[in-house]
Amino acid sequence: MTEIKFIVNGKNVKVAVEPYIRLIDLLREKFDLTGTKEGCGVGECGACTVLMNGRAVNSCLVLAGQIDGNEILTIEGLANHNALHPLQKNFLLHGAIQCGFCTPGMVLSASALLNKNPNPDEEEIKDAIAGNLCRCTGYKQIIEAVKETAKEINSPSKQL
Amino acid sequence: MNKEFSVVGKPVIREDGLDKVTGRAKFADDYKFPGMLHAVMLRISSAHAKINSIDFSAIENDESLVSIITADDVPGTKKVGMIKNDQPIFCNEKVVTPGDVLAMIVGESEAKLHELVKKIKVDFTPLPLLTDPKKSLETDAVLIHPVEGSNLIIHHPLRKGNVEKGFAESEFVLEQTYSTQLIEHSYLEPEAVVAIPLETSLGVKVIGSIQNPFTTRRFVSEVLNFPLSKVRIQQAHLGGSFGGKDDIMCILSARAAVAAMKINRPVKIRYTREESILESYKRHPYVLNYKVGYNKSGKIQAMKIDILADGGAYASMSPFVTWRTVVQATGPYEIENVHTDVRAVYTNNPYTGAMRGFGSPQPIFAQESLMDEIAVQLNMTPDEIRKVNGYKSGSITATGQKLQNHEVNLLTVLETAEEDTGFRKKWLENKKDKSQLIEYDFSSPIINESQFISPDSLIKKGIGLAVSFRGCSLGAEGTDAASAYISIQNDGSVYLDCGLAENGQGLRTTYSIIAAEVFGISTDQIIYLELDTGTTPDSGPTVASRATLMGGGAVKATAEILRKRLEELIRSEWNLKSDDEIVFQNNQVLITNHQSPITFKDICKLAYQRGISLATIGWYKSPSVGWDEHVGQGDAYFTYVYGCQVAEVRVNIATGEIYVDKVTAVHDAGKVINMLGALGQVYGGVTQGAGYGIFEEVTTDKGFIRELNFDQYTIPTSKDIGEINPIFVEGKDIYGPWGAKSLGEPTLELTAAAISNAVYNAVGKRFFKLPMNLEEVLLSKKLRPEDLKRGSK
Repeated sequence: MTEIKFIVNGKNVKVAVEPYIRLIDLLREKFDLTGTKEGCGVGECGACTVLMNGRAVNSCLVLAGQIDGNEILTIEGLANHNALHPLQKNFLLHGAIQCGFCTPGMVLSASALLNKNPNPDEEEIKDAIAGNLCRCTGYKQIIEAVKETAKEINSPSKQL
Repeated sequence: MNKEFSVVGKPVIREDGLDKVTGRAKFADDYKFPGMLHAVMLRISSAHAKINSIDFSAIENDESLVSIITADDVPGTKKVGMIKNDQPIFCNEKVVTPGDVLAMIVGESEAKLHELVKKIKVDFTPLPLLTDPKKSLETDAVLIHPVEGSNLIIHHPLRKGNVEKGFAESEFVLEQTYSTQLIEHSYLEPEAVVAIPLETSLGVKVIGSIQNPFTTRRFVSEVLNFPLSKVRIQQAHLGGSFGGKDDIMCILSARAAVAAMKINRPVKIRYTREESILESYKRHPYVLNYKVGYNKSGKIQAMKIDILADGGAYASMSPFVTWRTVVQATGPYEIENVHTDVRAVYTNNPYTGAMRGFGSPQPIFAQESLMDEIAVQLNMTPDEIRKVNGYKSGSITATGQKLQNHEVNLLTVLETAEEDTGFRKKWLENKKDKSQLIEYDFSSPIINESQFISPDSLIKKGIGLAVSFRGCSLGAEGTDAASAYISIQNDGSVYLDCGLAENGQGLRTTYSIIAAEVFGISTDQIIYLELDTGTTPDSGPTVASRATLMGGGAVKATAEILRKRLEELIRSEWNLKSDDEIVFQNNQVLITNHQSPITFKDICKLAYQRGISLATIGWYKSPSVGWDEHVGQGDAYFTYVYGCQVAEVRVNIATGEIYVDKVTAVHDAGKVINMLGALGQVYGGVTQGAGYGIFEEVTTDKGFIRELNFDQYTIPTSKDIGEINPIFVEGKDIYGPWGAKSLGEPTLELTAAAISNAVYNAVGKRFFKLPMNLEEVLLSKKLRPEDLKRGSK
């Protein structure tokens, strides 16, 4: 067992774990953050996407030892208290959710994109979510939701 | 006081959307219980073998092991099935496909169990392997289930008119063979279920990623030998299904329940993606022979169809899947003489069952390719040939059914698609620019100068279309009824529940919209209850695109019962005349000649004070249909939907790559209730259909699947499909809520056929085998590892 310290959803935490356990298992089992989903376990589907220091990572490919001293954001930490993140709001308004299993990872990949590039074009949006598989939606309404969010971010007059 | 729709057809936020977008929605694997154990499956690496013995001695005394569960622990039925009971819960005598499970070990640590399971020794004798469905019915073929007496799962014949006479009277006869591949549903959430023993008299509760809780309940009760009422199934949020979480989840639920009842602790089973792909059923591969006779005018005189479906190791839904095929195999064309045989057979391949489309994508690929081929031969355009033969109001189908009681909008969807895309002009234009794919000569791989192509002429454009008709709901497959429960509280808020289970597509939102429309309230006044077989009435399965039509019909009927009670109360309370109108709108009730509206809330409170019940269960039953299975004649379905999709593609003639630039999807699904959901169905269905058309394929080697995860089994990503343009033609129908019918499956079934016809338009080459991957496009064959000779051998 090793003690690791990290920030999860804005909170400083420390936990004693085997350093080789996967980040997804740490989040789901030790912190009960079950919004992070496992779809493939090999980094292909993106359902387990979380943000590590603002970058989207597959939490099934990250080991607990690697997150010591880092900041992790999961879907549970994206909304600011009860105010939804604009991406979450637009996913709802645009019908970008069906079964919802890919949704947490999809929203986080999109938020990583907007953090880095607040004004992406359609191709850049597609690139950013290309590692997040969705079998239900055909991606169209997801892409619309991300586009609309970018538009809102870039026109501060239109408050959310 | 005629009113427009207030919520029906408008964009409405999903009822479960907030929970899903914040990560709060609980899927099956998110449930944990005190004392919960895990179970891990024992399999062997053989697709067909007799089990001589299983030796657990190496693990029996391990402290990580809590229990071993084998067929001996099954108190009730040891073999189960959707239609035939041919699938053992635990295969203790023999395995017939690599996914088969011999036994299960249970303990606290899943990781430890995975180590232990490798130490179990199984003594087995390999049996002859049958993996080619074409050999299944040969007299010397090994029998997969000897007790069945044959490898034939089902044979559906259809006989109409005199097909030989029809061919004799035809000016042309064309014969072609098509084949389609095995594919995987690829729901993003792998299977998971937890069974919880209840107090002795109550039985067992199962929570899982379950498509059809009532079907699962039947399996679990048969396996435990419990009455239905002692098995309660609760559906967790379902991470996709597409028809794929039916039998497999019934079986996993039964296994978990057997263990939970034996050990008296909650037991969870959850699959990795590899186990999911290994064991779960898939879409049937078909081999389809079509012979068609027609005249110069394009009029089809006769069609003879012979179809073979690989059912794999178990019957599963094969009899029903292939029944839809026999009904729809000619396509939406009026043909006087039809002779069809559809057979499904056993092999040692992974078993096949229900998947979105359900026996329609395969024949549509064949029949729509055929129609285009005839059009080209007769110098007609693809739309012309379809107009000559396509169904109109009053047409007689291949099963002898007269199309009536609904708008037969086949030609309307075709014409709408044609106009929207400028189809005919583009099709004729592309046809002129006919440069061939680059043919590779493997004997002399050096390309000579005359074969050089300038980069700007590498890409060829094509446009193609496909049309279909589709029977709604179950048809003559079985009893077709659904029920809903509504309880209005005395503050005007509403509980709603329906026996059809949410599959992720958004039926709960659709039902909330329907109830809100009837009561004239907003959807946020409605709380949708969790489906629990202990409290929700059985409504059959969520299959066959029947949820909006049947469940929606039930919700509307139920809401109308309660609204009528409120109307009667209002009439007596305010002494209304019989012709005074009452309108429920904007959370209010408006009464003719009555000055001020009354709030819905106040009316509900008044009803409560007057002792009027505002809770009820309502019912919606389909009209009866009929079927003569010996000749395949009858009114197969009580109503139909129609669709036309146009695909616009670019083909790289040097690599064989197909780019799907745009799919225009025109569907008559009847009245659209849930607009965001309907759009989502089209986008998702077309994308799945395109994956089926151009790259998805599960390949097997001696029954073993090669692509066990998404690194090898590729499904479309955000970058793979271009624009999708959904257009709804809302045809009138006397059935369903305000005439709403089916959409989920029609959106998927047409895409591969439309793409194939578009590729032909681009490069002049016709395809007979799905998927149209790079090798198929360029080399007209699939490259398989076993076909390649490597090294110096």
